[in-house]
Amino acid sequence: MQEFLQQLINGVVWGSAYALIALGYTMVYGILRLINFAHGDVYMMGAYVAYFIGLALGASATHTLMGGALILAGAMAGSAVLGFCIERFIYRPLSSAPRLTLLIAAIGVSLFLEYFAQLQFGSEPRLFPQFLRQETVFQMGRVTLSNQQALVVIVSILLGLGLQYIVHLTSIGRAMRAVSFDREAAALMGISVNTVVSFTFVLGSALAAAAAVLISLNNPQILPFMGIQPGLKAFVAAVLGGIGNVWGAIAGGLLMGIAETMVVGYGQSSWRDGIVFAILIVVLLVKPTGLFGSPVTDRA
Amino acid sequence: MNLRQTLALLCVAASLLLAPGCAKKSNEPVVGVYLALTGKQADFGITTRQGVELAAEEINSRQGINGKKLKFVFEDDRGDPAEARTAVSKLIDQEGAVAILGDVASKNSIAAGQVCQQREIPMISPSSTNPRVTQDRPYVFRVCFIDPFQGYVMAKFAADNLKVHTAAVLWDNSQDYSVGLAKVFLQEFPKMGGKIVAQVNYQSDDQDFSSQLTKIRAANPDVIYVPGYYSEVALIARKARELGIKVPLLGGDGWTSPTLVQRSGGALYGSYMSDHYSAESEKPAVKQFVEAFKAKFHTEPNSLAALGYDATWILADAMKRAGDFKPKDIRDQIAATRDYPGVTGNITINSQRNAVKSAVVLKIGKDRPEYFTTIDPPK
Repeated sequence: MQEFLQQLINGVVWGSAYALIALGYTMVYGILRLINFAHGDVYMMGAYVAYFIGLALGASATHTLMGGALILAGAMAGSAVLGFCIERFIYRPLSSAPRLTLLIAAIGVSLFLEYFAQLQFGSEPRLFPQFLRQETVFQMGRVTLSNQQALVVIVSILLGLGLQYIVHLTSIGRAMRAVSFDREAAALMGISVNTVVSFTFVLGSALAAAAAVLISLNNPQILPFMGIQPGLKAFVAAVLGGIGNVWGAIAGGLLMGIAETMVVGYGQSSWRDGIVFAILIVVLLVKPTGLFGSPVTDRA
Repeated sequence: MNLRQTLALLCVAASLLLAPGCAKKSNEPVVGVYLALTGKQADFGITTRQGVELAAEEINSRQGINGKKLKFVFEDDRGDPAEARTAVSKLIDQEGAVAILGDVASKNSIAAGQVCQQREIPMISPSSTNPRVTQDRPYVFRVCFIDPFQGYVMAKFAADNLKVHTAAVLWDNSQDYSVGLAKVFLQEFPKMGGKIVAQVNYQSDDQDFSSQLTKIRAANPDVIYVPGYYSEVALIARKARELGIKVPLLGGDGWTSPTLVQRSGGALYGSYMSDHYSAESEKPAVKQFVEAFKAKFHTEPNSLAALGYDATWILADAMKRAGDFKPKDIRDQIAATRDYPGVTGNITINSQRNAVKSAVVLKIGKDRPEYFTTIDPPK
């Protein structure tokens, strides 16, 4: 039982990060009907931005909470700028091209970012700044939760709530929902579609960077190719939950994280990806729009 | 066709004609070296290259071999088996290499060794320990011991020196090296009276090991054998301590990296690893090597650097005895190596083309691994 609870904690921590990345996929899909394959690499760049901020702050500053907040905010801002540029200079000029062109461009951006990072930062794993010294904050029998793990979950919840607030209670959020619902009609109603699309990329990229900082704090090694696996898994999570749906992305991310942990914990690490994708296939067979997916409601 | 196109075409044609010509013109015999110089195994490749470079410098400053200086050409395989094959093909075809040195990770050496065997160019791996590297490949050799011995060393160390009764094994299922060591440990430790209480694995690209370690924690082992490579081992060690697992970790030469202690952030303090040699040895050959290495690279040579150095010298020694640079003759002389006094011990190449040597056990200290004991091959 204790082992199961611990595995559940591990799964929720990892799943929260998936959820944060999946949100970016799902929002961009909701607005543009584009699967942004470069999203995992925006996540990776977020980790590197955080790394260099940590380096600039110096070892002593990175051990403070203030340093941590600075690193997190800086990484989110850096990735947001990157996401903005990718949309503005690559996807937008292609917006009237066939959808396939956009998809290929996304794969191109993804490869570009990966190899740019390898060239620029080197391919050896870098040690991520430890701005929060690891401590156990909760212990019950042998079930433990460290402050770093707790931080992943807490920050994820806060960012999730923040996103809900933006999407449902602000005018830009209303515009996002309108564009997602019917792009042409929204444009006719005077909504600046371009601004909405830019904003969506900024938001999604910032969330990916937050996930990168939280995960790298927990597993402090960063690599140019670190975005591929989480990116793919988060994409699956978004599809699983119903792509285009915010709650679906969160649920899908958590489900993926828990499923992966349980497969490794009670099975074999080699089965992990197989079983996770089997779940995806079964869900899509039974409910082709994903768990929460429906063609009209609550798209953002 | 306008002028620019014509020029471009001429350039391409010229480069095609010249490229193979250039390689053959050099009259220095070429030794091709392929290593993981970038990527997750970069520490392996870089330290090995330093050992090779030191030996190369010594060889060439002493009038070379048979009156000729050797030319060493390095290729990066990025720690990828497919790249390793390409690198070796390139070294043989374009550089005209008469012998090949490399790599550290067994997976890469197995892939590239196949190419060397097909082309009948002798290859020496300095430090790949998986048995399959040299199996059924008369042209492939190594100057280190093999996994069955290395796995035996840690099983024996756990049972006889640490006197522990239970062990968990956590290995990298996507690396031949790690699977090989885990298999031997799983066989040997129970024979010595120990009990295996958990068997768990991971994949090289994994970033999170909490579920594997949670499983291991539930089994309450006295030690955990983690025969993986340094970058994952560092993360595993950190995560283990986070989950409150306090027992020592045991590992193999895959832990060898100047950055291991820093990466693991102290989590490996008091753990043990098997290795090929210790720089603290009092043997004159070792002392001389360590001094020369420190003078050149300003750092202490680890076992991979020492094996790179030994592999290079053994190749040079075989070339000298062969009297020429024909790949077939070099191969025969490498096979005939007996009692070569290397820095990693006396090296005799056996009929399976492996070196038979004793292993050392190092204990991870505050800032580096320190010599703990020596374990000899079973009689």
